[in-house]
Amino acid sequence: MLKFRINDIDVEAEPGWTVLETAREYGIEIPTLCFHEAVQASGACRLCMVELREGDWTKLVASCVYPAKDGLNVYTESERITNVRRWIFEMLLSECPASQEIRDMAAKYGVTSTRFAIKDPEQDCIMCGLCTRVCAEVVGVHAIATQSRGVYKKIGSPFMKPNEACVACGSCVSVCPTGAMARRIDLVRGKMEEDQTNAA
Amino acid sequence: MGIANLAEKIDAKRLESSDDLVQLRREIQMRQDPSQVQIVVCHGTGCLVSGSPAVTRAFKKVLGETDIEAKVMPGVKTTGCQGFCSRGPLVTIMPQGIFYERVSPKDVEDIVEQTVKNGKPVERLLYKDVNTGEPLQTMDEIPFYNLQTRNVLKNIGTIDPTDIYDYIAVGGYQALAKALTTMTPEQVLEEVEKSGIRGRGGAGFPAGRKWRGAVQAKERKNQPLYVVVNGDEGDPGAFMDGSVMEGDPHAVLEGLILGAYAMGSEKGYMYVRAEYPLAIQHLEMAMAAARELGLLGDNILNTGFCFDAQINRGAGAFVCGESTALFTSIEGKAGEPRPKYVRSVEEGLWGCPTVLNNVETWANIPKIIDKGAEWYASIGSPNNTGTKVFSLVGKVNNVGLVEVPLGTSLSTIIEDIGGGIPGGGEFKAVQTGGPSGGCIPYKHKDAPVDYDSLTKLGSMMGSGGMIVMDKRDCVVDVARYFLKFLEEESCGKCNPCRLGLTRMREILDDFSKGCGSEQDIEDLMSLATSIQDGALCALGTSAPNPVLTTLHFFKDEYLAHIKDQKCPAGVCKDLITYSIDPDACTGCGACAKQCPNNAITGEKKEPHTIDTDACIRCGICEETCKFNAVLVS
Ligand SMILES: Cc1cc2nc3c(=O)[nH]c(=O)nc-3n(C[C@H](O)[C@H](O)[C@H](O)COP(=O)(O)O)c2cc1C
Ligand code: SF4
Ligand code: SF4
Ligand code: SF4
Ligand code: SF4
Ligand code: FES
Ligand code: FES
Repeated sequence: MLKFRINDIDVEAEPGWTVLETAREYGIEIPTLCFHEAVQASGACRLCMVELREGDWTKLVASCVYPAKDGLNVYTESERITNVRRWIFEMLLSECPASQEIRDMAAKYGVTSTRFAIKDPEQDCIMCGLCTRVCAEVVGVHAIATQSRGVYKKIGSPFMKPNEACVACGSCVSVCPTGAMARRIDLVRGKMEEDQTNAA
Repeated sequence: MGIANLAEKIDAKRLESSDDLVQLRREIQMRQDPSQVQIVVCHGTGCLVSGSPAVTRAFKKVLGETDIEAKVMPGVKTTGCQGFCSRGPLVTIMPQGIFYERVSPKDVEDIVEQTVKNGKPVERLLYKDVNTGEPLQTMDEIPFYNLQTRNVLKNIGTIDPTDIYDYIAVGGYQALAKALTTMTPEQVLEEVEKSGIRGRGGAGFPAGRKWRGAVQAKERKNQPLYVVVNGDEGDPGAFMDGSVMEGDPHAVLEGLILGAYAMGSEKGYMYVRAEYPLAIQHLEMAMAAARELGLLGDNILNTGFCFDAQINRGAGAFVCGESTALFTSIEGKAGEPRPKYVRSVEEGLWGCPTVLNNVETWANIPKIIDKGAEWYASIGSPNNTGTKVFSLVGKVNNVGLVEVPLGTSLSTIIEDIGGGIPGGGEFKAVQTGGPSGGCIPYKHKDAPVDYDSLTKLGSMMGSGGMIVMDKRDCVVDVARYFLKFLEEESCGKCNPCRLGLTRMREILDDFSKGCGSEQDIEDLMSLATSIQDGALCALGTSAPNPVLTTLHFFKDEYLAHIKDQKCPAGVCKDLITYSIDPDACTGCGACAKQCPNNAITGEKKEPHTIDTDACIRCGICEETCKFNAVLVS
C-alpha cells in the first residue's frame, strides 16, 4: 500500500493507482471531463489538476495520469488550482455553449459567465476525445479522430468524409458525455446514398 | 580540382581499424596542396537563395576558359552556411583567405583576373567595417568572425559537407576511432558527464545525466535503448540546427554513434523537419558514405560494435519538436504530446529508454571525446560550459549565425559581433528563446548569456534564436506575433493551450487597436498564469513568456496603447497617423505615385500633404520618401 495525503487527509493507494483513483476512493471530488475508466487517460482537459507541495516547492499535475506515490502531499482546491479551473470553465463555456453538462459543472465551481467570445452558439462537443479513444482502443478501428490542430481541431472522420471503417457499433455515442456524437454519427458512417456516390 | 574529385582517386575500402583511418587521413592530406588556389563558395540555404550557384557556375566557366599560370589548377569548393547569410553569396579565395561578400556572376572575371592570377584583392567586394568603412580582407580581420569562438561551426565553410574525405581530412571520425579502440562505453559516458555539456535544444538539461539515466533504465528494464537527434527546429527565425546538419552532417552522425556506443544502443533516429530538404539530403549522403567505410552499420571499425541510424521527416508542426510529440510522430501517429510523469529516458520511443538530444548537442560530442572533457569545461562559465550557436536576426547590422562561449554578454553579441543596430544607438530589447522565450531590455545588455541568467531575467535560452529590436519595434505587436504563431502551432489537445492562447491573443489584438483597460491587463496575467500552470506540455506552459516579460519590462508601452491610444513605436496600425513634414518635403511626388489609396496630394516642388481619412496606414510613403519627410506619430 502507498501512503500519502490529500487535502491533509491520510490516504492509502494500491500500487499502480493514480492520484485521481485514490481521491475517488475516498470520496474527494475532483472534476474531470476527458477521463473514462474504459479508455486510457489522455490528460487533455486539465480540469483534474491538483497541486503537489513539498516545503516551498509546489507543482500542478493532472491527477488522472499522475501515479500515486508514497509521501505525496496533494491539494485539490488550492488557489492555483482554482485559477486554472475557473479559466478552463470560461473557455469551455465559450467553445461549447450548447452543452448543458458544461454549464452545470461550471456552475458547481462558481463559473456562470465567460469573458471569451462565443463563436458557435450551437456547439456542444467539448473536445474530450472520449469518442475517438473508445473507437480506437475498445472497438479497435479508427473511424473517427481529431482533425487539424490548435483552435481548428475538430472531431470527425478522416478528411471529414464518411468512411467504411465505422462498424456502427455506437460505442462513441454511448460514451459521449454531451450527446454531441449522436448528432454527428451520420457524418461518420455515411448514409446509403452517400456511400453509393462515393463508390461511383 | 576540389577534394571531391580528388577523392575518387582514393580507393574507398572499408576501414578495418583505427590505423586504417589514420592511414586514410594521411593519404587525403598528402593529396591536398596547401598552396593550391581554392575558390570556396558558400552553398548554404541563404547563399543559394541569393544566387551562389550562378557564381559557382561562372567560376567554373571562366576558369575553363582562362589560361592560368599557376602551379596547380584552382579548385572550386562549395560549403555549408558560413553564418554571414545577410552578406551572401560569400566567396573566399584560398590560400590567402580573401573574403568577398555579395558576389555576383559578373564579378567573377575580376576575381579570377586579380585575385586568382595575381593574388590581389578586388576592393569593391571586400567587407567594409560598419563603423569605420574600412575594407577588411580576410575573415580573421572581420569582427563578426574574429570575436566568435567557432567550435561547432568550425568545419562549416571549410569542408564540403557532401564529401566524407573532406571531413576525415580535418580529423573527422578520429573521436569515434579513439572511443571504440581505447575507451570503454563507461569512460565515454564519464567524459560527457565531466564536460558539463547541457542540452542545446532548450531546457539545458545536462546531457551526461540524461545519458546516465537512460543506461540505468535500460539495465533495470532490460530493453533496447534508442538514441534520437532532434532536428525539428520549428522556431521562427532560427536556422542554426539546419545549418549544422547541412554544413557538417558527419559531426552530427559521429556524435550520435559515440552516444550509441556509450549507452549501448543499436538504433538511432534523426528526426528532421521536412522543410529542410538539403539537410536531409546531406545527412543521407553522410550515412551512406559512413556505412561504406565501415563507420556505421555492422561491426564498426572491426570492433564488434553495431549501430545504424535512419532519418524520419518531421510532420511540420512546431509542437513535434517536443519530446513526447516527436516520439509519437516517429511511431507513425499524430504528433501530440503525452502527459509526461515518467521521463523519456525511461519510457520514450515504443516505451523503451530513449535519449533525445538536439542537433548541436550531438555535434559537440566528437569534440568532447577528441579534445577531452577538461578542454570543453574550460570554455564558457561554471555550470554553463562550452559554446552556443545563436541565430542573430532583426534590427542588427550583421545578421547571421554566431557562436560564442556561454556567459558572453548580450552587448558583445549584439553590439560587437552583430555590429549594433542600423543607424546606431541603443537596441530596445532582444527576444531570446524563440516563441516561448522572453524580451530582455537594453538595461540588461551586460547580462551574460547562459541558461541560468536568461531564466533569471524571465526569458530562456531556447534553441538560440535572438531577435534584436529597436525603437521602431512594438512590444505589444511582438508578443502578439509569437502568440499567433503558437496558437497556430499548438496541437490543440489540451484546453488551456488550445483555447487560452487564442484568448490571450484576442486581448492583445484589442490593445493594439487602442481598446482595452487595465482590468484587461490583470485578466491577461491571471489567464497567463493559468496556462503556465495548466497546459499539458511545454509549448503551452511557456507560451505566455513573451507576454509576461514584455509586461514586466515595458508596462508603460502597454499602458500607452490602452490609456492614450498611442503606439510609441509607431507600429500598431490603428493607433498611428502619417503626415508630411513641409520643411523636409521637396515635392518630388514619389510618395503620391506609390500611395495605393491616392491619399497624398500636392503640386510639384511644393510640400505634399496626406489626407488622414483616406490613408490606410500601409507605410509605403514612408519607405518611398528619400528625404525622410514622412512622419509617423
Ligand atoms: C513545443 C516545443 C518545441 C521544441 N522544439 C525543439 C526543436 O525544434 N529542437 C530541439 O532540439 N528541441 C526542441 N524542443 C526541446 C525538446 O523537447 C527536447 O527538450 C530537446 O530536444 C532535448 O535535447 P537537448 O537535451 O539536447 O536540448 C522543443 C520543446 C517544446 C516544448
Ligand atoms: S460507431 Fe463507428 S465511429 Fe463510433 S465507435 Fe463505433 S466504429 Fe467508431
Ligand atoms: S463528440 Fe462527444 S465524446 Fe467526442 S469529443 Fe465531443 S463531447 Fe467528447
Ligand atoms: S499545451 Fe498545447 S501543444 Fe501542448 S498538449 Fe496542450 S494543446 Fe497540445
Ligand atoms: S516622397 Fe518625400 S519629398 Fe517626395 S513628395 Fe513625398 S514626402 Fe515629399
Ligand atoms: S481528466 Fe485529467 S486531464 Fe482531463
Ligand atoms: S548561407 Fe552562406 S553564409 Fe549562410
